Amino acid sequence: MTPKFKAQAGTFESSDIMVLIEPVSEEAGRQIDISSTVMLQFEDDIKNTINQVLDDLDIQNVHLIAKDKGALTPTIKARVEAAVKRSLGIQEGTM
Amino acid sequence: MARKKRRSMLYIPGNNPAMIQQAGVYGCDAVLLDLEDAVALNQKDAARILVRNMLQTVEFYDTEVCVRVNNMHTPFGLADLEEIVPLQPNNIRFPKTESVQDVKDFMKEVRRIEKEHGIKKPTMTIHVMIETAKGVANVYEIAGADPRIDAITIGGQDLTADMGIVKTPDGVGIDYARKRIVMAGKAHGLDVLDTVFADVNDEEGLREETEYIKKIGFAGKALINPRQVDGVHEVFNPTENEVRKAYRVYSEFIRNKNAGIGVFAIDGKMVDAPVVQRAITVLEYANIDLKEIEESVAS
Repeated sequence: MTPKFKAQAGTFESSDIMVLIEPVSEEAGRQIDISSTVMLQFEDDIKNTINQVLDDLDIQNVHLIAKDKGALTPTIKARVEAAVKRSLGIQEGTM
Repeated sequence: MARKKRRSMLYIPGNNPAMIQQAGVYGCDAVLLDLEDAVALNQKDAARILVRNMLQTVEFYDTEVCVRVNNMHTPFGLADLEEIVPLQPNNIRFPKTESVQDVKDFMKEVRRIEKEHGIKKPTMTIHVMIETAKGVANVYEIAGADPRIDAITIGGQDLTADMGIVKTPDGVGIDYARKRIVMAGKAHGLDVLDTVFADVNDEEGLREETEYIKKIGFAGKALINPRQVDGVHEVFNPTENEVRKAYRVYSEFIRNKNAGIGVFAIDGKMVDAPVVQRAITVLEYANIDLKEIEESVAS
């Protein structure tokens, strides 16, 4: 699946992560830009978690920007999933 | 097994990861992960996904975990159930329950989702919230509408709004509703849980309200800030004197029971089944194991 709209999920609060999704052309691949308060220690973990969610949702082409404030893995997963679903136009049960 | 205490049930906004990940260390008896009023309309999807992920990962220790979903008459209620029911938190809180039909409709969806996920022995119980005048009028039937309901609770903010009155510190406007809900819950053997106390800076007001609701039969209270936990526990915890007295009543009860005597006296006062039941409740709140008392009497 390919994201259709710009979308975001999360906040800039401590223990949260703001995830922004920008659509890209098909076959552009994944571009993931991360900034984090715990970058030195956890950059790889954050990137792996993001890639895992994108794999699960079958998203191959996307530009994802993540601004992390020390979010735990379940929070990162949740925010990426919410942002991707919003960018796909899947927003069941919200307004 | 000692009964589960529900003195304090702390609301945590479902879209706040910092608070959810710390939920198990606040010291409250239960946390209420809220997908309803504490979540903005445009964040319902994000909160639902976050709570689902947190339930699968976060350690809540011995804190009971309840998720308050949105009402089924909103666009969010069914989507909440689809995400949360498969994870079987300890309980789901069903807001704005107004009739037996509401409970039936809700439980029909819960059971359908459990069946679809192959959950043959569901452990999750249901808390119904009474938040409207119609709900108060129908509360006895609602409380008995399904065997999986194990607690009933009053939502004071919405109820006063529905009644068109202002919620005052003395709670006079919801006093009839409180007592009616207590009686309905007790009649069906449910825990009855009180509404929130909104002013987190008024510790004395919280204590007074908690003392009052304890006296009229509530098992606990919903809270909106971790700072309120200790104050509520102090009110619900029995005093040392109460524990000593209860210990003596229960010990004597066991001793007399072993001797085949039903009713007996302590210090000239008759002790019968209701007195023993109250003593058991005190001992349970004090975390005293009844079996240990029984064994010490037998030895």
